[in-house]
Amino acid sequence: MLEIAGLDLFYGDAQALDGVSLSVAAGEIVAIVGANGAGKSSLIRTVFGMERPHRGSIRFEGREIAGEPPHRICNLGIGQVAEGRQVFPNMTVRENLEMGATPPRARAGASAAMARVLALFPHLSERRRQLAGTLSGGEQQMLAIARCLMGQPRLVMLDEPSLGLAPVVAEEVFRVVRELNRRDGLTLVLVEQNVVQSLTLAHRGYVLENGRIVMEGGGAELLADDRVRRAYIGL
Amino acid sequence: MRASRALGLSPRAAAALGLFLAVMLLLPFLVNAYIVSVLVVVLFAAYFGQSWNIMTGFAGQLSLGHALYVGLGAYTSAALFVHFGLTPWLGMIAGMAVAALAGSAIAALSFRFRVGGVYFALLTIAFAEFTRILFDHFGWVGATEGLFLPVANLAHDDPVRLRGSPVMFYYLLLVLSLAALVLSHSLLDRRVGYYWQAIREDEEAARALGIDVFRYKIAAMALSAAMTALGGTLLAFYDNNLYPDTVFAMGRSIEIIIAPIIGGLGTLFGPIVGAFLLTGLGETMTNLSTYFEISGLKQWFYGAALLAIVALQPSGLWPWLSRALGLWERRR
Repeated sequence: MLEIAGLDLFYGDAQALDGVSLSVAAGEIVAIVGANGAGKSSLIRTVFGMERPHRGSIRFEGREIAGEPPHRICNLGIGQVAEGRQVFPNMTVRENLEMGATPPRARAGASAAMARVLALFPHLSERRRQLAGTLSGGEQQMLAIARCLMGQPRLVMLDEPSLGLAPVVAEEVFRVVRELNRRDGLTLVLVEQNVVQSLTLAHRGYVLENGRIVMEGGGAELLADDRVRRAYIGL
Repeated sequence: MRASRALGLSPRAAAALGLFLAVMLLLPFLVNAYIVSVLVVVLFAAYFGQSWNIMTGFAGQLSLGHALYVGLGAYTSAALFVHFGLTPWLGMIAGMAVAALAGSAIAALSFRFRVGGVYFALLTIAFAEFTRILFDHFGWVGATEGLFLPVANLAHDDPVRLRGSPVMFYYLLLVLSLAALVLSHSLLDRRVGYYWQAIREDEEAARALGIDVFRYKIAAMALSAAMTALGGTLLAFYDNNLYPDTVFAMGRSIEIIIAPIIGGLGTLFGPIVGAFLLTGLGETMTNLSTYFEISGLKQWFYGAALLAIVALQPSGLWPWLSRALGLWERRR
């Protein structure tokens, strides 16, 4: 579904991505793990068209999308839940969700999508008239995910969805991710510092270090790897 | 996005608005010519503030150079009238087109190269100043010598050629300001209004949702510039003389933004409330200033008002006032 090959990204002289290649098959959860500053967010931003790569190709469902602007990429069926949640605090939950139906492709089915999303997140449904800024951190993260689903994406990229959340709440976010994958067959790319949980959840994973992919494999397989355990789990 | 919210006016607010409008309609019959001329200044400030508010209040892009669009509207329609006798109603459209084009070009240039925030604001000043200097040397419109419209016959109002008394301009501006209010309201309730709000609150988040941020920012700029230019045409035909140094003045750009900030940035009624308070009292200060022979009282007052608002009521007077009077139930 998503094929990335030889991706280079520079911020000025600093190289953020160095020949990154990876692939995501339909129906998969793929985790990209790595330390702070390894290039995880840069990778997501580049796929979504927020950064322009200097070299390399990004193909989504066979179509080259490198260099396309975000609103086009979004309309092709890629959704992004950015780091730090980014809900609109002064809009209600419902308005935030309506904003998610932005890509022209998703507008016709917006009310059906709304019903589906509210059923999926009963907690949000109860609070749909409330201002998003009054929600707890976990609820805001759920709202960010729900809002992304309103765009009816086939591939969703989540950037640090568990960041700053209490462990129990993070657990809940991961549960939602698993359910979206199992029940709706949604393809997900998960960028996380929470290595154990994301690799447990993912079918496959990549380890990113200084902008380079240094390891790849099945989620459980990576989790059992000594180097991964030493570097990221502290065992 | 949701029609159910309709106008969002409570019965009390509707009554207050109706009363206000009725008073405004009758006012010219009740007060003397001097007060009418002050009210014209107030309405100009309100309308320019409303126009500026679309770009900065709704879409969150700070323009400090809106005198540019006042000037383009004023000069385009006045020059077409003076040289070709073209009716200002057509000249107005030409002026709006020129301003919208200029605004879009400035916006496209800035946003294409990711110039934002303070740097964008500086760029808007630069373009306004640069145009002022250009017009200083633009012979066809009189350069520094000024461009003059034939003197109006005050005894006879001629709305077709926009020649007439302050009372005529008063009513024209009243209609214009009301139209701007209705337009602003309908925009805020549409998709575009929500997108502007999203861009204003968090541009990155807006982009992540797939909003074509570039396009919506340009749309805000073009609309705001065109509306400002429309006011510029009225200003030209009201003042009857145009000098680059006053029309494009930096001071005008600043005056345009003060009323909406005092009244409430991004709100529907803020620019109007701010204009009444500020221009009304400002004019009083000018008079006091002449009377007591203390210069610059108005500027002192503007400064003090800005300080007070920023310190006490940063979201502006209107949100606070409407809550206090129980007029407005919606958040914007």
